[in-house]
Amino acid sequence: MSLVVEMAAKALKLNIPLSVQLDLTYRCNERCVHCYLDHDDHGEMTTAEIKDLLDQMADAGVFYLTISGGEILMRRDFFEILEHARLRTFCIKLKTNGVLIREMEAARLRELGVESVQISIYSHRPEVHDAITKMPGSLRQSIDAVRFLRQQGLLVTMANVLMTGNAADYKQVRLLAQELDAKFIIDPTVTPMMDGDRSVLKLNVDQDALREVFRNEELVGNVEEFCAPPAAVDQDALDSLPCSAGHTACYVSPYGDVYPCVQFPMPSGNVRQTKFVDIWRDSPQLKEVRTITLRDMPSCSQCSHGATCTRCPGLAYLEGNMRGPSTQDCEKSYARTGIPSENLKAKLASPKSVDATQLIQIKGLPPMAPNIPVRATEAAAASA
Amino acid sequence: MNTSRYVARSNAIAARALGDETMVMSATNSTLFTLNEVASAIWKAADGMTPLDEIIKNKVCSQFEIAPDAALKDAEALVENLAGHGLLLVSHEPITKQGNSCKEPA
Repeated sequence: MSLVVEMAAKALKLNIPLSVQLDLTYRCNERCVHCYLDHDDHGEMTTAEIKDLLDQMADAGVFYLTISGGEILMRRDFFEILEHARLRTFCIKLKTNGVLIREMEAARLRELGVESVQISIYSHRPEVHDAITKMPGSLRQSIDAVRFLRQQGLLVTMANVLMTGNAADYKQVRLLAQELDAKFIIDPTVTPMMDGDRSVLKLNVDQDALREVFRNEELVGNVEEFCAPPAAVDQDALDSLPCSAGHTACYVSPYGDVYPCVQFPMPSGNVRQTKFVDIWRDSPQLKEVRTITLRDMPSCSQCSHGATCTRCPGLAYLEGNMRGPSTQDCEKSYARTGIPSENLKAKLASPKSVDATQLIQIKGLPPMAPNIPVRATEAAAASA
Repeated sequence: MNTSRYVARSNAIAARALGDETMVMSATNSTLFTLNEVASAIWKAADGMTPLDEIIKNKVCSQFEIAPDAALKDAEALVENLAGHGLLLVSHEPITKQGNSCKEPA
């Protein structure tokens, strides 16, 4: 067991929120076609509120702090907030489009001991990337940011969200990442908007494109192993927890709303009204999330993919039942193994109920894949 | 010459208590360490102003059943190890200032 896994297990046992994603703002200088956010400012937390929240999170035991948005550098107080986070000794990861990161900002991020920076790159071609961000010149600026950050010695990850409009480009983006000495991850996921609007899901790639990604050994490692039929569902699998959301991780919005995960928008409290640690410990919603095991899921517990599926409880919640299947993950398991899930079989048996947009949805890959994001945010640290 | 050794937590780290242990990560290479209960006590007391032997006397020997000589020997090995990874600064003089130094122990 790696040290990171040991620490996560201990945090689970002690009910400590080891990882938090904090979105500073939903405002953004890009307008990505697949974005799940409303970019208007509906009353972001002030600098003082965020600093107080950081203090509360440090006291509650939060170690991994992912600062994201929106575009984080749209906040004029971004570096003031980051300095405070540094003082409270978080392991800080940033997610940004990089457009506002020039040499000076990159140097400051290095000084402040940021652990890593993730920048979204949708294509190596400006006409494709800039069409997705709806910001002319954004690819050049984002790539410049990668260079500035690497010049400072910072770890940089180029994240490539796979969509219909850029599905042909991921191999070239991967080569670009190698050239820039950055990590590369591919995320074949377009999620519903946080308000539940599912119209953006039409941007998801189809099964053919997904099968190709799943059979690219440079991305998944051992293809035969990765695409193997699912292992039998045993008692351990039935008692297993879905993911870290609500167990050792949670998400805080720019308005102070606490959710189990950024992809699991079940309101669980607001830090403007209740202390962070009290929400974490006592929120009825988070407590309910913590009770759910595979055994409690009527459909998934009977499914042959139960032990190996990457079912996202947040996407299941957005489909209407956090104990139900996530069709996006069913589709992913199908593309990987060629074996339909119980959920897909039921949908195919009742064609009238089949939602064509759902059947082509896909979701992140299993955590064993080396170049593909792991849902648990603690995966980056090496064991000593 | 001052023979005492002073130790201070580096500013290039992330750290947090987890139960009776402490997680420490080097910001320079993302390597993660865990410190046990005794090492955590030394870590928390490493303020750059308190000599190591005084930390051992007041924070280790007073709370754990460890002989002072053995504790100091072990502590010096620990300090050397952590300093080698850039997690602790060690000096024969009090360490009063680092750029963005940590405000308080994790």
